[in-house]
Order: sequence, then C-alpha cells, then structure tokens
Amino acid sequence: MQMTGAEILIQCLLEQDVDTIFGYPGGTILNVYDALYGHADKIHHILTAHEQGASHAADGYARSTGKVGVCFATSGPGCTNLVTGIATASYDSSPVVFITVNVAENLMGKDTFQEVDITGITMPITKCNYLVRDVTQLADIVREAFAIARSGRPGPVLIDIVKNVTAETADYQYLPREQHAFHGRLANLIKRASQDFKAPEPDLEDIDKLAAMIAQSKKPLLLCGGGVVRSRAHQEFLQLAQRMDAPVAITVMGAGGFRGRNPLTTGMIGMHGSQASNMAVDGCDLLVAVGCRFSDRVALDPNSFARQAKIVQIDIDRSEINKNVRTDHHIVGDAKQVLQMLLQRVEQADHTAWKEYVFSFKTETEYTLAGETLTPKQISDAIARLAPMNTIVATDVGQHQMWAVQHFHFDFPGQLITSGGFGTMGFGLGAAIGAQVGNPESPVLHITGDGCFRMNCHELATEQYYNLPIITIVFNNATLGMVRQWQTLIYGKRYSQTTLDRSPDFVKLAEAYGLKGRKVTNAVELEAALKEALNRKCGYVIDCAIDTDEMVRPMVGGGNHITNFIVD
Amino acid sequence: MNNQIERQTLAVLVDNESGVLSQVSRLFSRKGYNIESLAVGATEDPKISRITIEVYADEDHITLLVNQLRKLFPVHSIKRLSPARSIRRELVLIKVRTADPNARSEILQIANVFRTSIIDVSVDTLTLAVIGDEGKINAMENMLAIHGILELVRTGVIALERGKSTINDDTKEKGEFNYGKNVL
Repeated sequence: MQMTGAEILIQCLLEQDVDTIFGYPGGTILNVYDALYGHADKIHHILTAHEQGASHAADGYARSTGKVGVCFATSGPGCTNLVTGIATASYDSSPVVFITVNVAENLMGKDTFQEVDITGITMPITKCNYLVRDVTQLADIVREAFAIARSGRPGPVLIDIVKNVTAETADYQYLPREQHAFHGRLANLIKRASQDFKAPEPDLEDIDKLAAMIAQSKKPLLLCGGGVVRSRAHQEFLQLAQRMDAPVAITVMGAGGFRGRNPLTTGMIGMHGSQASNMAVDGCDLLVAVGCRFSDRVALDPNSFARQAKIVQIDIDRSEINKNVRTDHHIVGDAKQVLQMLLQRVEQADHTAWKEYVFSFKTETEYTLAGETLTPKQISDAIARLAPMNTIVATDVGQHQMWAVQHFHFDFPGQLITSGGFGTMGFGLGAAIGAQVGNPESPVLHITGDGCFRMNCHELATEQYYNLPIITIVFNNATLGMVRQWQTLIYGKRYSQTTLDRSPDFVKLAEAYGLKGRKVTNAVELEAALKEALNRKCGYVIDCAIDTDEMVRPMVGGGNHITNFIVD
Repeated sequence: MNNQIERQTLAVLVDNESGVLSQVSRLFSRKGYNIESLAVGATEDPKISRITIEVYADEDHITLLVNQLRKLFPVHSIKRLSPARSIRRELVLIKVRTADPNARSEILQIANVFRTSIIDVSVDTLTLAVIGDEGKINAMENMLAIHGILELVRTGVIALERGKSTINDDTKEKGEFNYGKNVL
C-alpha cells in the first residue's frame, strides 16, 4: 500500500505495539505529528515542557515497564536537547528509540535553520543510529532499530529522518513482529552474527566451570548488578543466592534485582557501600558478579578489588569482560538464561560462619536525630511505612539518591529508576512522569534534592496537565549536598558555589503549577503530608528540611581500597 | 600486565556504508590515539569493506580498543596481525627533484636497486612508485632525501595473515561478541 514516510513510521510503531510516545513537535517533524493526529485513538502522545524531560520520560517508561520507550523531537535544538537523555539511557542500558526529523535533503550541509548533525553528535552515546534518506528503507530501519534497542544489552537507538522522506511515498506492507527477523536488514544482521536464526546459548563448559568454583568456595559473595534488573532475572538470582547460601551485595543499578529486605543482603556496595558489603568483597574467596561492569564507583581501586577472591563475571556484553577489573572466569550470556542453567548444577551449601562474619558489620548507617530537621533515615522510614509495596521510586542524582538506594529496600526490578552511570541531575521528574504513564496503577515517588529539582522542575506542568499523581519528595538541605560533602572532607570546607540558599519556595512553585505542596520539618508533619499525598491522587510536592551538613555515610574516596572508609 | 607500547596492526571487516569509518576512527580518537596508518577498500564482497589500521598502543589498551570495536554493529570481524605472522605492504609515490643531470642517473640506479618503477618523468623531476614494508620504504626515502623529495604520498599499510587462517575464522571469542548482536 502506498503511504507517506510519516504514515509508514506510525504504522511501524504500531507493529511494535507502541501506545505511548513522549515528545515535542517542531518545524521539520510536522509531517510526523500530522500523521500522529490521525492515530490519537491508538497512540497516546505526552507533550513535555522540554525535550530533555521527554527523553527522561521515555527512559523512565522503558525502565519501569520493560518495554521500549519512544521519544520524538524536531531538528536542531530539539534533538540536541535530547543528548543528555540519550547518554543517560546509554550508560544504564535502557531501551529507548529516539526519532528525530532533520531538514530536507536539499538543505542538508548548508547550515540551514535548525539543522544539526545529530547522528554525528550521538554516535558515542547510542547503540547505533541511522540517517534515513530513502523512504523505501524507512520501515526496514525502524524494525531493525527496535530490535537492536531491546536485544542483547539494551540501549538507546536514534533514527534521524530527512524531512522530505516523511512526505515522499513508498509501498508499505504490514509485517508482524515475529516476522521481522526473517526480512531485510535484520535478517542479514542475524545471519551474520549467528549463521542461523537460533537464539544464542551460553557456553556449557563455562557454566560447568563456574559450578565447580562455587562448590569449592568457602566464602562466596554474589554481586547483583543492573543486568539482573534488565533481564528480569530476580527469581533465578534469589534461588541461586539461597542455594549458595551466599551474602548478596547490590550495586545502584542492581537495586530491585534482589529484595532489599532479604536477610542475605549486605546492602549497597562501593563508594557509599555498607560496611558489610565492602568488608565482604574484601574477604570473600569467590565473587560472582551478575550483570555488573565493576564501574569506578563500585570497584574503586580495580587492582585491590576482591583481592583474595576468584572473580567471575556474568555479562551479556563481551566488551565489559576484563574492562574495569581483571576476572578469573567469565560467562557471556543473558543473566536469566545463565542463572537457569547454573541452578541445575549448583548444590545446596551452608556458609553459616562466613555469613556470621559478614553480618557482624553494619548493613545500614544509623543517623543521630536532629531537632529542627529530618534525617535521611526518618524520611525513608516514613516512606517505607506508608507507601504501598508496588510503589515505584525515581530519583535524581546526589546525596538523596544514595540515601534512597541505601535505605529504601527495593523489592522488584524496575522499582528504582535512577541515573546510575551517567549521574544526570534533573533526570528524576521526567523519569517519574514516564514511570507513572507506564504504570498508572502504581504510586510513583520522585525523590530529589533542592539542586536537582531546580534543574527540571518545569515538568510539573506536564504532571499537572496529564493528571499524574506523582509525589515529589525534596531532600532540602539548601546546598548541593554531595559536592559540599566532598568540599567538607577533601577541600577543607571551602564551599565554592555549592550553597543554594535561594528561591523558589517549592510549595508556592507547586501551587503555581496547579499542584499541592507542603513544607515539613519533622517526622509527624512528614507522615501527615505523605498520607495526604497518597490519598489525594494528584501531584504533590513535599519539601523536607534536612541538615545542611548531613553526609552520605559511609564513604570511601575515589580510587581507594574498598574498605578504606574516610567516614564511617 | 604488559605496558610496552608497540605498533599494532588491526584488520577490520565492516559494512561498506557511510558513517562506518567515522564510527571506527572515533574510538581511537576518544582514547587519544593517533592513527599512524589507515587503508580502506571493498573486499571480494562489495557490501563489506576492509579497514587496516595501525596505532601505537600497549597490550591492555589495544585489547580494550579491539573489544569496543567488536561491539559496533557495522563491524563484522577483527583480527590483530602480528608482524611475524603477517605480510604487510604499502605503496608510496615519491616525486624527486632531478635538476642536476647526475642526480637523474643516480636516482634511476637507486630505483633499480629497490626494484621500483618510474611512473612519471619531466624535465626537472622523476616520480617513483615503491611497494614494500616500512623497512624498505624508509631506506628508499633516506636515499632519495639527499636529492630533495618534492612530494611523498603513502597508501597506508595493508596486511594479510600468512598461512591458511583468515579474518573470517570462527572463534569462541567472536561468538561471544556476536551474542549481544544476535537480535531476536
């Protein structure tokens, strides 16, 4: 059937069961928005306040639902505003397809109004990207883009279409998703990679070898990374932990991959890891890391990391093996598939003495109560008591993020949405919007700090317009807390440009956007506000006063040995 | 760990499409490596190009670079070619000044010794085409330098492995990299 490129694009999105798009229109993408107008019954478009918000929303939608997120933007500044969002999705392996429309072919390369080489700009931060100049190639490319975004190690893909392609016509034939692998570019790609159409299998010998290593280990430790969350391998991981009777340390991206309340959990690992986690890594004789790349925030000093242990890395991405930390054995494969095969080969073990040693160290930091302000633990305790089990938490980046990961005890994959790798301040509100749109039945909390919230708080307009009952909890210490913490500990208390004693009044800001806001300074007020927020079913901002000098504890300095705590 | 910096030769099979070369070269510039030599051309399959690329790097960094390259979707396969187990050739065109009549006969003699061909002659110049590895080319260049080299251009090194093994051989490692690209 003959259709315009814009219509073909929409049909291809329908092939992928896309029912939600986050985006912002503009001059070059007009044809696509015009085609979208005719499909408003099938595709719900969320118009954000800023393209960056749309990019984070598509990311938050993808992380919380496990589906591919879709984000539209126009050329030039429209697509450069996506760049931070694309990099965020890339670092945390989130499957998002970004679709942008560039100026028409005859205007390309002439510094035309709102022209930019977005495929060049995003090359290092996408899994792959495309510039579509031929309308007959469009459907094939969209199909390949979705497959690449969601398969293997998921990640963002960008499709830049030149404007004339959205207006030109070509023949489009509907192709169900199961058939995509057998046609066009995708068929060539798969054939090249595997010689046949069978799903790839992890190597059996590698798995046998790991099973033998586990059987010999007296002091095993499991590391739950983001791969467990992306692969939704939480059940298999839990079974393995119980079978091995091994303590489990959790990375920021791994939160939700293993229940935070399970007695085997030592808590978070790394720079702000618990004493139990970091001591366990230092003392174990076998470290099995699942879906974890040993980033500098986890391993700190790669040479002394797990120095007494054989290190085993299970990862879907071969290029992560031996990248940051030298391993003794690795298995390349999808976490779920590898763990299923491993479970058939691992016997029930008992490591009571080792566990007693590990759990003699603290798994969580305690904070002394302050008079005029709330402690981070008081806030997380109140949330834990009042928020339903299915609550999804999106955070920004900094102290509040670390406190959330340390104290919130996440129970299921996709429950925590946070920018772990790229560390994007301003990520949280957009991500919360995406999570709420994708999970209308779940309460969504947006945990933020006063610095981060100020960055993208204009998305409160989106929250209000689409009636999204997101509860924003601001850890307000009137400072850029994490940077101040470094200045306190490392820069002799020279607080250069980190004090944020300035407007706006977040309660009035919420009201200006048509939402409810409340300022709280103690646990009683916080509980009352939280109860009201959970019952109101509309956007709510709770501004929590915390002490300016409150620190994330413990802390190990970057590049130091993992048990070298500079604060306990 | 091996931290000795050596000249490394990589052969890379990639999709013959626009943008692929910049994706490949970007990985080198990001790590701060200057590409010493680069040669690109279609293979027996016109849809596939072969890139031969040379950089100075130590063992750890070249491994990291190769791994990052293998991950790219347009990259089909990669082989590191050691000087001992591969044949390496480069074509160099050199234009030399021959203002002095004695110089002309001397240059012709040098050309003869190095088995190079004269491909262009003018009143004041000779242009030579040299094929060889760097040893031969450097020696030739030194001999001609005294006469005054007006212009010199290199194609970049191309290389093939000796014996029966090829860049297309399947290895476990190659399978592991393809695992992540196997989209289903």
